[in-house]
Amino acid sequence: MCGIAGIIHKGRRANVGAEMTSMLQALKHRGPDSTGYAVYGDPGEGEYVMRVKIAEAEDMELGRSIHDRLEERIEAVDAILASHEAEVKVKERVRPYALRYVLNHDGDTGDMAGHIEETEGVEILSLGNGLELIKDLGDAGSVAKAYGLNDFEGTHGIGHTRMATESDVDIKSAHPYWAFPYNDVSVVHNGQITNYWIMRREMERKGHRFMSDCDSELLAVYTAHHLANGVQLEESLRRSIDEIDGVFTYLVCTRDQLGMAKDTMAAKPLVLYESDDLIAMASEEVAIRTIFPEEIDTHDPYDEEVRVWQA
Amino acid sequence: MSGISDAELRDMTQEERVNALGMTTEQLTGKSLYIEFDPDAQERFTYPWAPDVDFNKRTEFDAGDLTNTEVNARIRDLMAEGYGTIVLQNPRGKHSLAVGILSRLNLIIEGSTGYFGVGLIDGPNVRINGRVGWSCAENMMSGTVVVEKNAGSTFGAAIRGGDLVCRGSVGSRTGIDMKGGTIIVGGDTGALSGFMMQRGRMVVCGNAGKNLGDSMYDGTIYVGGEIRSLGVDAVTAYLTKLDKDWLTRKLTQYGLMPGRGVDHFTKIVAGKQLWNYDNLEPNEKKLIL
Repeated sequence: MCGIAGIIHKGRRANVGAEMTSMLQALKHRGPDSTGYAVYGDPGEGEYVMRVKIAEAEDMELGRSIHDRLEERIEAVDAILASHEAEVKVKERVRPYALRYVLNHDGDTGDMAGHIEETEGVEILSLGNGLELIKDLGDAGSVAKAYGLNDFEGTHGIGHTRMATESDVDIKSAHPYWAFPYNDVSVVHNGQITNYWIMRREMERKGHRFMSDCDSELLAVYTAHHLANGVQLEESLRRSIDEIDGVFTYLVCTRDQLGMAKDTMAAKPLVLYESDDLIAMASEEVAIRTIFPEEIDTHDPYDEEVRVWQA
Repeated sequence: MSGISDAELRDMTQEERVNALGMTTEQLTGKSLYIEFDPDAQERFTYPWAPDVDFNKRTEFDAGDLTNTEVNARIRDLMAEGYGTIVLQNPRGKHSLAVGILSRLNLIIEGSTGYFGVGLIDGPNVRINGRVGWSCAENMMSGTVVVEKNAGSTFGAAIRGGDLVCRGSVGSRTGIDMKGGTIIVGGDTGALSGFMMQRGRMVVCGNAGKNLGDSMYDGTIYVGGEIRSLGVDAVTAYLTKLDKDWLTRKLTQYGLMPGRGVDHFTKIVAGKQLWNYDNLEPNEKKLIL
């Protein structure tokens, strides 16, 4: 089933970490397997934030030897960053298997990201000038607490509670997805894509890589491909309705935009609240109500509806 | 129809043709307007365990800190105490509120509800001063439900009787599989509304999305605005005086009567050309082939 949620503030910052946690926790019943966030802050002029996973959560049960391997992986990542002349300004080991870097880098970040991911067991969850992508097993409350998300200040964000149906219960299959190696593009999705393999092979022929077998990752790659080729986000969302088969509602974020698209059948829910200074959306109204206890006007977007909002 | 030749029919206006063919004698209680209970019988109908409520005995409670199960239990307890008018405050989008009420009750919900609100009801009059999520009043059997704002998808799925009204717009698949009763939408409705509709009437004052009335078996849909496309086997039909009278009465009843009347409504019915209307047995088809 899965639950998705998003919020965007127009022209101002707010505690989007706490807001997203509140909404996602209310959607726990739609997907208790894992929870993920893509939140957009402002790390500083010219700085990149990189979120890295160096093991799956379940790997930590493999015994003492895993800790030695994790240290080796961190050393390898640090060495690669140094070889690309990236200046590490902040390095946090948020979880035993998850790190957060704040970097200064003037080179080709895509090349650097590809190099880092050559390290066995290492996956970059996100890399960008605003995006911070966090995902882990458990509900929103536990993930937010573990990663210190409840104090995250930013402009917008999207999130996902996952009920695993077509791939494993692990972090790499959790949402959101970052569109490697494109800065700041993230996607959450509720539904099933039925021409996944056809579209995936088409994207792979165009040089894109996939980290999982989850159909939702396709939407991230598809969107990033369009954006990299000069297609505007709204146009990419419209094209997806014609080109991607299945039932889906998905949300996409860039550095300063949040967009949504709903398939031709409108089979997957989304409730939308729009005011002058913010837009909130979720699979169920009960999630939006956690941040707006007072009476508000909401509506369901229709089939084939596409919307894009600017932060 | 006897005594009228095809040539005469061809020369008639559409209205004259409809009258000559007897279409204005349509019975409003016929199969296409099947109602689960006879209107007279409905007044007397009650479940043996239905509480004896007094509409003049009124109470209200705050649902803000209650679970949906606790809210529904509270409603039942209050009905058992004889309260016939209950006001539910702060529903906060909770799911499955006020479901399975099988007796007379005047229920006012001050706010918005989540999915599956007021489902499986048989008898109460409900007013929701807010929005409702997906599948509002699913399988409703009798009573009235009036939603003051918008509604989500599958509004009135499989309803069998009663009046279900949304003053705002509704999502997709409105009245999917409806088997009776009336659905009225003040605004627009989404795609596949009336999908596999079997009986009853649906009125959409605004626009309708694509595939309206797809695979409908029977029943009638009226649309006041534009129809993006008709579904498989859904066809337009002549809007008779009976249709207009019925629309006028129903829309006036709920304060949704358009200023320009109802003459502009488009009537949609089943074309009945799908395979399931084919009354040939397989061995008979072989003979034809």
